[in-house]
Amino acid sequence: MLSHEERIEIEEELKSVEFKRAASIDALRVVQRHRGWVDDQGLKDVASMLEMTPSELDSVATFYNLIFRRPVGSHVILVCNTITCWMMGCESLLQRLTERLGVPLGATTSDNAFTLLPVPCLGACDQSPVMMVDGKLYGGLTPEKVDEVLKEHGWKG
Amino acid sequence: MAKILIENREYEVEDGQNLLQACLSHGFNIPYFCWHPAMHSAGACRQCAVKVFKNENDTRGRIVMSCVTPIAKGMRVSIDDPEAKAFRENVIEWLMSNHPHDCPVCDEGGECHLQDMTQMTGHVYRRFRFKKRTYRNQYLGPLVNHEMNRCIQCYRCVRFYRGYAGGADLDAFASRNRIYFGRSEDGVLESPFSGNLVEVCPTGVFTDKTLKSHYTRKWDLQTAPSVCVHCGVGCNTIPGERYGGLRRVVNRYNGEVNGYFLCDRGRFGYEFVNSLQREKEALLKTPNGTQAVSNEEALKLASNMIGMGGRLMAVGSPRASVETNIALRTLSGAENFYSGFSRHEARLVSLIVEVMERGLARSPSLKEVRSADAALVLGEDVTNTAPVLALALRQAAKNGPLKAATKLGIPFWDDMALKTATQGKKGPFYTAAPYAIDLDSAAVKTFHGPPVEIARFAAAIARELNGSLPIVDGLPSGTASFAREVANALLEAERPLVVSGTGSGSEAVIQAAANVAWALCARGKKAGLTMVMPECDSLGAALIDSRGLDEAAAAAAEGGFDTLVIAENDIFRRMDTEDAENFLASFSNVIVIDHILTDTARAAHIALPGATFAESTGTLVNFEGRAQRFFQVFAPDEARQASWRWLKDMMDSTGLKLQKWETLDDVTADAASIIPAFEKITRAAPKHGFRIAGQKIPRQTERRSGRTAVEADRTIYESKPPEDADTPFSFSMEGFQGQPPSPLIPRFWAPGWNSAQSLTKYQEWAGGPLRGGDPGVRLLEPKSAAAPFFRAVPMRFKARKYGWLLVPMPRVFGSEELSALSAPLASLQAKPFIGIAEEDAERLEVEEGDEIEVRANGKSFGLPAVFVPGLTRGVAAVPLLPGMAIFTLPAWGVLTRAKRRAA
Amino acid sequence: MEGLNEKPLTAQMRPDRAALTLSEYERAGGYQGLRKALKLAPVEIQSIVKEANLRGRGGAGFNTGMKWSFVPMDSDGPKYLIANADEMEPGTFKDRMLLEGNPHQLIEGMIISAFAIGATEAFIFLRWEYTLSAERLSKALSEGYAKGYLGRDILSSGFSIDIKLHVSAGRYICGEETALLNALEGRRAVPRAKPPFPQVCGLWGRPTVVNNVETLSNVPHIIANGAEWYRGLSRSKDGGTKIYGVSGKVKRPGLWELPMGTTIGEILEEHAGGMMEGMKLRCLIPGGASTEFLTEEHFGVKMDFDSVMEAGSRMGTGTMIAVDDKTCPVGVLRNLEQFFAQESCGWCTPCREGLPWVEKTLSAIEEGRAKPGDLEVLEMHGESLWIGRTYCALAPGAMEPLRSGLKLFRSDFERHIKEKGCPYKAH
Repeated sequence: MLSHEERIEIEEELKSVEFKRAASIDALRVVQRHRGWVDDQGLKDVASMLEMTPSELDSVATFYNLIFRRPVGSHVILVCNTITCWMMGCESLLQRLTERLGVPLGATTSDNAFTLLPVPCLGACDQSPVMMVDGKLYGGLTPEKVDEVLKEHGWKG
Repeated sequence: MAKILIENREYEVEDGQNLLQACLSHGFNIPYFCWHPAMHSAGACRQCAVKVFKNENDTRGRIVMSCVTPIAKGMRVSIDDPEAKAFRENVIEWLMSNHPHDCPVCDEGGECHLQDMTQMTGHVYRRFRFKKRTYRNQYLGPLVNHEMNRCIQCYRCVRFYRGYAGGADLDAFASRNRIYFGRSEDGVLESPFSGNLVEVCPTGVFTDKTLKSHYTRKWDLQTAPSVCVHCGVGCNTIPGERYGGLRRVVNRYNGEVNGYFLCDRGRFGYEFVNSLQREKEALLKTPNGTQAVSNEEALKLASNMIGMGGRLMAVGSPRASVETNIALRTLSGAENFYSGFSRHEARLVSLIVEVMERGLARSPSLKEVRSADAALVLGEDVTNTAPVLALALRQAAKNGPLKAATKLGIPFWDDMALKTATQGKKGPFYTAAPYAIDLDSAAVKTFHGPPVEIARFAAAIARELNGSLPIVDGLPSGTASFAREVANALLEAERPLVVSGTGSGSEAVIQAAANVAWALCARGKKAGLTMVMPECDSLGAALIDSRGLDEAAAAAAEGGFDTLVIAENDIFRRMDTEDAENFLASFSNVIVIDHILTDTARAAHIALPGATFAESTGTLVNFEGRAQRFFQVFAPDEARQASWRWLKDMMDSTGLKLQKWETLDDVTADAASIIPAFEKITRAAPKHGFRIAGQKIPRQTERRSGRTAVEADRTIYESKPPEDADTPFSFSMEGFQGQPPSPLIPRFWAPGWNSAQSLTKYQEWAGGPLRGGDPGVRLLEPKSAAAPFFRAVPMRFKARKYGWLLVPMPRVFGSEELSALSAPLASLQAKPFIGIAEEDAERLEVEEGDEIEVRANGKSFGLPAVFVPGLTRGVAAVPLLPGMAIFTLPAWGVLTRAKRRAA
Repeated sequence: MEGLNEKPLTAQMRPDRAALTLSEYERAGGYQGLRKALKLAPVEIQSIVKEANLRGRGGAGFNTGMKWSFVPMDSDGPKYLIANADEMEPGTFKDRMLLEGNPHQLIEGMIISAFAIGATEAFIFLRWEYTLSAERLSKALSEGYAKGYLGRDILSSGFSIDIKLHVSAGRYICGEETALLNALEGRRAVPRAKPPFPQVCGLWGRPTVVNNVETLSNVPHIIANGAEWYRGLSRSKDGGTKIYGVSGKVKRPGLWELPMGTTIGEILEEHAGGMMEGMKLRCLIPGGASTEFLTEEHFGVKMDFDSVMEAGSRMGTGTMIAVDDKTCPVGVLRNLEQFFAQESCGWCTPCREGLPWVEKTLSAIEEGRAKPGDLEVLEMHGESLWIGRTYCALAPGAMEPLRSGLKLFRSDFERHIKEKGCPYKAH
């Protein structure tokens, strides 16, 4: 069941679209904002609000990179690994991150605190290498600065 | 016509086609995957690349995808161009990079389009050396098997399932090289057209699970052209047999009827032929019970019964062939022959015959239905009574928006562009039914109400179209304006269509539907009128005799009859048990011929084992009025034979000189001479003596395995193939290997084309009619020049305080007698229930699932309540499931709460 | 304001790139273009923009006024304008600056453009990761509504327009305008068949124009100052200035608004300060990942659409990636192809199956697992994943660096194969 808040927020999104399916992404993101990810039941409930079948909505949901259909940690770290950041040393950041968190790229820490994901070019190549944690951009990173960012987000290593 | 140059030779091609279609039509081989003649071009697979040159000075040319390239006058095309060839080979190489190469254990092997296309491109050497991607498969129900690793991502499955058939539970998931086709979770595919995935899929992702349970390669199947016996549409099929069992049914293209697709009832219903309910041997009722007897003995006893000179009555069947019914009528004489309809059915079908014979409106073929540009469905739950007609109507519903899109210059075959332009908009398509029906989702607007209200709604439409028709009093203003909207939409169309039928059980609905179509005709419109009838030969039987079993029983009750002969009819499905028992009891001798052991056969003094459609040959008349021939696929066990032949044998052995038949053709010829409407019936297919270059047409393929070894466990001799005097087919692999006339095509195959896609080689042009015209002959054309309007308008529906109007609710799985015996389909049947409007739950003091006692026609049943959307308050829906075809519907009854559901 | 003539897009921007508020923007001459535009006929605006030769800044370089002119002006019903703010081309970060630093400039450009094509509704299609842009755009939109620049009867002109912000869920292909339309409709972002073109049959099947953020941001200035002025800003045939960028191992990576047609050498050497100490330029990718490599010998090439094309590449987004001599070029290609393979929508065979094969082959070479025939496989893909053979331009774009890389870095490939590994790893 969608929570009262989720329902209200989705209804709000529906107000601004001409056709209900246009709110697919926004509605899924409402669920994701509240739950961190889109679980099967959430997907079904959103689908029925949008007058779509679960298959139709899941077809859309699974197409996009940033709709999470599997659980993620409380903090989602997106590390840019595209060309400029790769040249500028994103691999050393990744190495530091996987060491510190003890999980490989694409995984969630056992305490469900962090999920580490690669992301295509974040459009901040002049600050390369960069990463994004919970929507906040961090540029000019070094392995040392990575530790600081992790601590800012509650990492107690 | 436009002239184009292919490999520097000039060819005439149809204007408006795409290049792929044009080249295939001229017999060129271009590999393709995503293009499908019914679903057209998607441009996804990039397999059909050819090279196009600007003019004769252009030596470089340009690679194009032929399926998305419009024909242009004078265009120069090369299929053999080395660059184009190399690219096509690349495409296969990509597609095969992740393919599991599991052909030996794949059900598609030997009829795989991917295999064929791989061969065609010449790709042999594998360069991709990395790990293949793999997927998890899903459980999709008892009909369709899923093996995603074989997928080449051509998108045909979703384009068919969603785009063509209106399904919503199969889709494409994820992206890049992780695309997945399936459901959002495991589960039975909901569409009654899911089986088409088996043929639509160019490889082995979706395969026939029923075939899998008794698997045989395509080349080992013995096949013959057949006609589906599971509803009145008359879809053409190709059943395949091996070792005395039917292994599967696939589509047999008939451009005028089913085109490329079947419904799941038609595709998987065949398992009844293999079922345990089959009558295996002649049975004789003795004081000590039933005992099996030899055919000779049974025939002798039966002949004695009919030869004693007493009066004889014959009851035929709407599910038997024309020839069987004619044979019965010959035996009993016209006066004592009844087609075996129930009292209620008889009224409905005779009304329909009257409408079709007297009326102005033509009954269109399904091809014409698909091209209708406005349609109105009245009272008929088409998806559940005539599924493939529903599929055709879904296409018709798109025609309005498509017409608008083609004004933007988008060709009819550019499916992706049309999707963009039409945005899933609906054309003028309207439905009216007692409850929410599947086709509502394709309609712009729907009407829900009990049959009389549907009739009144239709009467209001007719009145809008023709001022001489009676005004409908007391219509709510919303309904009146809706009627006006529908009338205007039908008038604006070029090819409007009205669909109704026996499904609602209401004569008033049929009459009102006829009025609408006739009113359109009277306004100069070429309106079509489709009247759905439930069984494979309902119309054929009705054209011979449309009196009901009630009249037969009344005649029998008057006395004087000694013997009753029934063929292929379970009268217990059509009469109250008591009435049926009394009816049977009024005869000293009851002989029943049937291929399944029905209650009627069990009650017979002599039950003779008949042959199913797969074991016999005959003619069926579909509800369009098209006579079509089905041919014997395999020779049945010795005991079984076609009903008409049992009858002939009986007549022969009694010495009654009632006929001079030698082959089936003689019976058909009699039908043509006896029944005026059957005048043209012998043209349905070539006669038994037809030969090509002196040869018969083989039912077996050239590469059939084990011809000389199949009986090696019993005999070292190769036995003689069974004789077949009734058809131009042989039970062997010897005979003419080329393309026979369209009604005689036993299977589709062409060199290099082992899959169903070989069909294009049999068509006049790719996607067009079969060469020489599509099979079947139309028997009925409208005769009248004036509209013989019905003048009565029914009274308004009034919900009763204590009574409930029970309306019939046909179900695609369960309502048809024979397919209900197919085990995989039986497993999909709903459990009996009583459908009520959710708003009535309070009145009945029930929740969904609670048991309700339903009383009507002096009978009573306890059934769980199911909320059915769209039902009017005071109306309840009775699903027509096995064991529930008990009420004459619509009827008034009483519903009461039985007991609370267990907490 | 001083310097406006040279740098209309960025002169007003704060050094810290904090967004200009509405009043700041207005003080700098903002919304004057709109006031002027609303007094013109829509077709007049179209022809001014056409004359200014404002070419699409998303990378394709189509004349913007011309693109607008394909919209049927006599049709009733909804029409749409969409700002493509799905900046996701690797190495491209110019739109972010415009979105974050001066959202009103984009909004004003959108209102004028919407008016010019008779749009009834407008959207900003923004990538999810641009969270700061989303915040600032939302604020700017509210300011715009409050001040009557947006909504009903704008500045009593009778023209009404709403701008909605749509935040995407991440997919490179959404930047392709027809895929973007599918995304906006709540569908899988698979590109559409063309024709029909969006100007005739776009969002919900209605006439639609999709323009890049930088393109739209130019519009107010063109209207305010005229086509001739705009063309005068340029050093080439294409009108106006261009926001150029450089990333990679240069001394001063960044963005600069410069006259269109500034040479590659000037951008790289003067503005980006040349390569970092101890590094040499091996090659550069002129405008996002899907353009062919250029080298030092191209320093004299003007960065405009036609000149770069003549030099054998494309200007694309105009944001260069400088590749130094310590970076393995095979690794560069592998990284690029990995990106493209990951971002393929999966619709057509060559892209869906070909790109992962390219990526795997490059990885094998880079990691010392090369096999004979690998280079032929790569070459085959370079030939086969080409324009007209794929459904959209993604795979051909991916092949641009590969094709040129196979020629340019042949010896590097051969060394990898011979030495069974990456010779740059030792450093």
